[in-house]
Amino acid sequence: MENIIKGKAYVLGDNIDTDQIIPAEYLVYSTSDPEELKKYGHFALSSVPINKAGLPNGGIPFIVGDNYQSEYKVVIGGSNFGCGSSREHAPLSLQVAGVKVVVAESYARIFYRNSVDGGFLTPFEGNEKLNDKIKTGDEVEVDLTRNTIKNLTSGKDHQLCPLGSVYDIVKSGGLFNYARKNKMI
Amino acid sequence: MGMTITEKILAKAARRNGVKPGETVWLDVDVLMTHDVCGPPTIAIWKKEFGDQAKVWDKQKLVIFPDHYIFTKNVHANRNVDVLRQFAAEHNLPNYYDVGTERYKGVCHLALAEEGFNVPGTVLFGTDSHTCTSGAFGMFATGVGNTDAAFILGTGKIWEKIPESMKFTFNGKMPEYLTAKDLILQILGDITTDGATYRAMEFDGKAISGMNMFERMTLTNMTIEGGGMNGIIAIDDVTKQYLKDIGVTEFEEFTSDDDAVYHSKYSYDVSKLEPTVAKPHSPDQRDIVRNVEGTKLTKCYVGSCTGGKITDFQYAAKILLGQKVKITTFIVPASTHVAKQLEEETIKGISLKEIFINAGCIIAESSCAACLGGPSDTIGRSIDGDVVISTTNRNYPGRMGSKSSQVYLASPLTVAASAITGKITDPRKYL
Repeated sequence: MENIIKGKAYVLGDNIDTDQIIPAEYLVYSTSDPEELKKYGHFALSSVPINKAGLPNGGIPFIVGDNYQSEYKVVIGGSNFGCGSSREHAPLSLQVAGVKVVVAESYARIFYRNSVDGGFLTPFEGNEKLNDKIKTGDEVEVDLTRNTIKNLTSGKDHQLCPLGSVYDIVKSGGLFNYARKNKMI
Repeated sequence: MGMTITEKILAKAARRNGVKPGETVWLDVDVLMTHDVCGPPTIAIWKKEFGDQAKVWDKQKLVIFPDHYIFTKNVHANRNVDVLRQFAAEHNLPNYYDVGTERYKGVCHLALAEEGFNVPGTVLFGTDSHTCTSGAFGMFATGVGNTDAAFILGTGKIWEKIPESMKFTFNGKMPEYLTAKDLILQILGDITTDGATYRAMEFDGKAISGMNMFERMTLTNMTIEGGGMNGIIAIDDVTKQYLKDIGVTEFEEFTSDDDAVYHSKYSYDVSKLEPTVAKPHSPDQRDIVRNVEGTKLTKCYVGSCTGGKITDFQYAAKILLGQKVKITTFIVPASTHVAKQLEEETIKGISLKEIFINAGCIIAESSCAACLGGPSDTIGRSIDGDVVISTTNRNYPGRMGSKSSQVYLASPLTVAASAITGKITDPRKYL
C-alpha cells in the first residue's frame, strides 16, 4: 500500500450503484485472464448517466475511447457509494481502470468489504461532504497515514475518517495477506 | 441487557456468550452459496490463494445454483456455467444444481428455501446481495463478494461486524389489495436506500404472522435495498409447517429479548397503507399508485427472487383471470418448482399458466432473466426508452438493460392491473 496517492479526481453524486460502476451484462468476462480483465477497466463507470458523469458539470467520460485505464486515480463520491449488488467486479473494475482511492460520504456494506478484503482500493469516508468541494479534474493528494486529502488545485485540505478496524486488512493488501500475516491460514 | 435475534445467532456462530453492535467477530459459517456470475471468480481466487490441491472446507455446506445467465447464446456466460460444472465434478460436490438437468432449480434465493438450506438459527453467506432473503427463516443471511466467499470456501470462517438492529412492526390485517412488496417499498421510502446500512432489519407484528413464507421472503429480500446487512423474521408455526413439509426437522429457535436494544423502531398499521410503487431510478423513490396512475408503459414484468414466487403469480393471476394484456407482459417463475406450480395451482378451475397464456402473457424459463438486464439476448430485457413496471427489486439506471429505460417497482397486483390497461393502474379497480 502506497502512503501517498497523487492524481486527478473524478467526482460523482449520491447512490452510485454497482450497475452504474460495472453493468451486469459485462460480468461474463473472466477476472483472471489478463486480456479479458481489461474489459472491466474499459467499462468502469460506463452506466453513470452522462449528465452526472464527472461533477459538477457532468458530461465527462471516465474512460475515453478504447482505453481500459482512466486518467483519474481518485474517485470522490457522495453518500451510499457502491450500493446494490454484491459483485466484487465493482471495486475490481475501478482498480483495473487505475483508481487507487475512493473518498465517499458513506458506503454500502458489501462494496466497502469487497474493496478492503479484495485489496482493490482504499475506501475512505470523508469527515464532511466532499463531492461539492472537489471538482472533476482537480489534482488531489491523499495521505493514507495522516488521513487527509489535499486539493492541490484549490489549496484546501480536508480531513478523512480513520479506517478503524479494517486498517490492518487495508495495510496488508487484503484479507488473505492479513490472514497469512496473523497465521490464520 | 437483552439481545436481538440477530445478535443471538451471531453470538452462537462466534462461539461467544454475547456480542454487542460494532464489535468485529469471526463467525463459523453454516452454508456458503454461490452462482454462475460470482462462482467462477470465487473459485479462481480460492485456487490462487489455497493452491491447486486445495480442498473445500465442507462439501455439504457449499451450495451452487447456476441461475443468472442461463438461457443465452453468450459464450462467456456459458463458459461461466462450464467452470461451475467442472469444479463440481472435480470436487464431487453434492449440492450442485446443473443447467439442462432435472436438478436445475433456477433463482438461488428461492431454491435455498425449497431445497432445505434455510435452517433457523444458522448463518448463511452468499455471493449475492439478495442472500438476505433467507432471513425470513429466523436465520442470519447476508451477501459477500468473491474474496470473502473464497476465504469461507477454504476456512469456513469470515469476519463480520455485529450490526445494530432496526425493528419494523406491521399491525393489523392485510387488505386484499396489499402485498409484502407494498410494505417493503413503504419502508424504503421512509428510510431511503442507505437507512439501514450495516444494520439488521427485523420484522414482526400481526400482519407478518399472517403472511406465508414467500411473502415474508419478499420483505427480507429487499432489506439490501435499504442497505441492510440482513433482514430477519423470528420463526413461528407458519415457518415450522413449511420446514416440516420439506423435511427440515432439526433447527434452533431464537427470538429477541423484550429488553433488547434497537437503533430505531418503526410501526405501521397496514389498513392505512395503499398500493405503492418505487419510481425511477431508485427503490426509495416511493409514491402511492394513485399519484402515478395513467403513466404510459411499454412492458410489464413479473419475476425474480423478489416477485417470481408462487404467491406473486397467484396475485397476478387473480387480476388477469379472463382479461387480456395490452402491452408485452413477461411471466418468469423464479424456480422450476414454481414453473410446475403454475400448472398445478388453479383459480376457478383454470391453471395459473392457462390464465397467463389466455391473457396473452409470455411465459419464460426459470432464471434471474431480465431483473438485472443480462446479456443482450436475455428475455424481457429493457431496450431503448422502455417504460417498465416490474415486481423485481432494483430500478437504478440500466438495471434491467437499457440505460435510457425507466423502471417502476410494484407489487404483482399492481403490475397485473397495469398490464391490462398499458398504464400504471391501481389494482383495486380489478379486485
